[in-house]
Amino acid sequence: MKKKTTMTVTDIRSIAEGIFSMTLQYRKEDMPEQVKPGQFAGLYPNDASRLLPRPISICRWDAENRELRFVFRTAGAGTASLAAQKIGDKVDMLGILGNGYDLEKLAGKKVLLLGGGIGIPPMVELAAALSQIPGTDVTAAMGYRNSDLFLTQELSSYGKLLIATEDGSVGTKGNVLDAVRENAVEPDAVCACGPMPMLRAVKKFAQEKGIPAYISLEERMACGVGACLGCVTKTVGVDSHSHVRNARICTEGPVFNAQEVAI
Amino acid sequence: MEKSSNRPDMSVNIAGVELKNPVMTASGTFGSGMEYSEFVNLDHLGAVVTKGVASVPWEGNPTPRVAEVYGGMLNAIGLQNPGIDVFIERDLAFLKQFDTKVIVNVCGHTEEEYLDVVERLADQPVDMLEINVSCPNVKQGAIQFGQDPKCLEEITAKIKRLAKQPVIMKLTPNVTDISVMARAAEAGGADAISLINTITGMKIDIEKRQFVLANKTGGLSGPAIKPVAVRMVWQAANAVKIPVIGMGGIASAEDAVEFMLAGASAVAVGAMNFHDPCLTQKVVDGMEQYLVRHNISAAREITGAVL
Repeated sequence: MKKKTTMTVTDIRSIAEGIFSMTLQYRKEDMPEQVKPGQFAGLYPNDASRLLPRPISICRWDAENRELRFVFRTAGAGTASLAAQKIGDKVDMLGILGNGYDLEKLAGKKVLLLGGGIGIPPMVELAAALSQIPGTDVTAAMGYRNSDLFLTQELSSYGKLLIATEDGSVGTKGNVLDAVRENAVEPDAVCACGPMPMLRAVKKFAQEKGIPAYISLEERMACGVGACLGCVTKTVGVDSHSHVRNARICTEGPVFNAQEVAI
Repeated sequence: MEKSSNRPDMSVNIAGVELKNPVMTASGTFGSGMEYSEFVNLDHLGAVVTKGVASVPWEGNPTPRVAEVYGGMLNAIGLQNPGIDVFIERDLAFLKQFDTKVIVNVCGHTEEEYLDVVERLADQPVDMLEINVSCPNVKQGAIQFGQDPKCLEEITAKIKRLAKQPVIMKLTPNVTDISVMARAAEAGGADAISLINTITGMKIDIEKRQFVLANKTGGLSGPAIKPVAVRMVWQAANAVKIPVIGMGGIASAEDAVEFMLAGASAVAVGAMNFHDPCLTQKVVDGMEQYLVRHNISAAREITGAVL
């Protein structure tokens, strides 16, 4: 059941340049039945002139404390207003949205998690969930611009962590796939979130290896619930909603089998 | 059913169709109701107006299709829709589970395409048709019919000949004189008109020096357009005798009342559904409270009641 709820900020801080970590707590009565890795929520700026919710992936779900952690980059006035919130402030949220990763398809496998830039945060919840499944091996390769790293401590607690930086200051110089090749990682499945060139490369990588790749896509969104058809991605086959080749990222996604989307 | 004496009568009659209240959804902002039925009890709405449906599936425009602007948003979806067959089988079947009126928004590139959909809907459980002759985001059809009064009158007349349900013509604000277009629709036999569709707009990313929307232009909606919409509803309502359905940036019950006072017989909530998925219900409740506060016994009494 999706809802618009008023959340309370229990933590907010900058964790890298332009990257903020914000933790929001549910009221008891608003608790969602389930939160899956790869799902997202729409966060509303506290400014009535900015009417649309900002789609932000869930970095961590702590059911015991009723807390969702979001890590986002300030990209404009809306996200900047979210970053300016203080502990105790209220933030309206539309959630929980999207399909999330299908853990059953990943259970018992050697899973490679790839995150690039602001695609890194959802990989934390996914790594945490996979590390709980017996026989599932997690290797994460995360790509950053430079040594201004974030979420590395969290990620390394759930499995092996490789780092790639564009300037070579930490780990492998280059992108996440350079790090994967340098360390000769041979996964059974890949999960990825990041910029489009990275996702295209991941799709190709998985094709060459003959393994499935589940990628999380991003697009400018309006409603977040599948009504407006703003955030579509081209698909290989006919989509279930409009019977064309345009699946809704907010509803059929954001996680897709890479071979099923025409990116 | 007998109404308790202190509760105002919220019902309105549009072209012979009795709506339980004047609050509808604006086409394209509410899908076919399915997505928002998680948030709102559709039984409580005057009508659900569906997203535009064409004779065959339409792919729509490339992305990005939406962009936020100050106080509103731009969209250039391009009327992606599954076509009339899937619509009847899935969306209409879904909507018929609810105690609300169903208004199907019809789109097309050509006259034949509009007529095809109108004909297919003739024997379906649909309460009214809303004809989209005002979408700014498709290359052919749509808005061309809505910007030339002669074309508008002709297509209205042709649709009326085939339609089994009352016909609402949805007008574009992207014209010089809305009253001319309102009269053209009326002359063609329209049972009602609805306005405004979105206002053509544009946004440029100055860092990238690129258009934000793939379509370059898009339709502006949201609170930013409300004063324009109220003015046009007032002009249109003063130009014709048929009912006017008012919309454009409604964000509250107060906004909805403003449209009614300007001359609307009913209103539709559009882009602001994206801000608050429960807004339609709040508009219904708030309008009733307004009537109580002002000691007005029926919603229909405020139509055109600006002094």
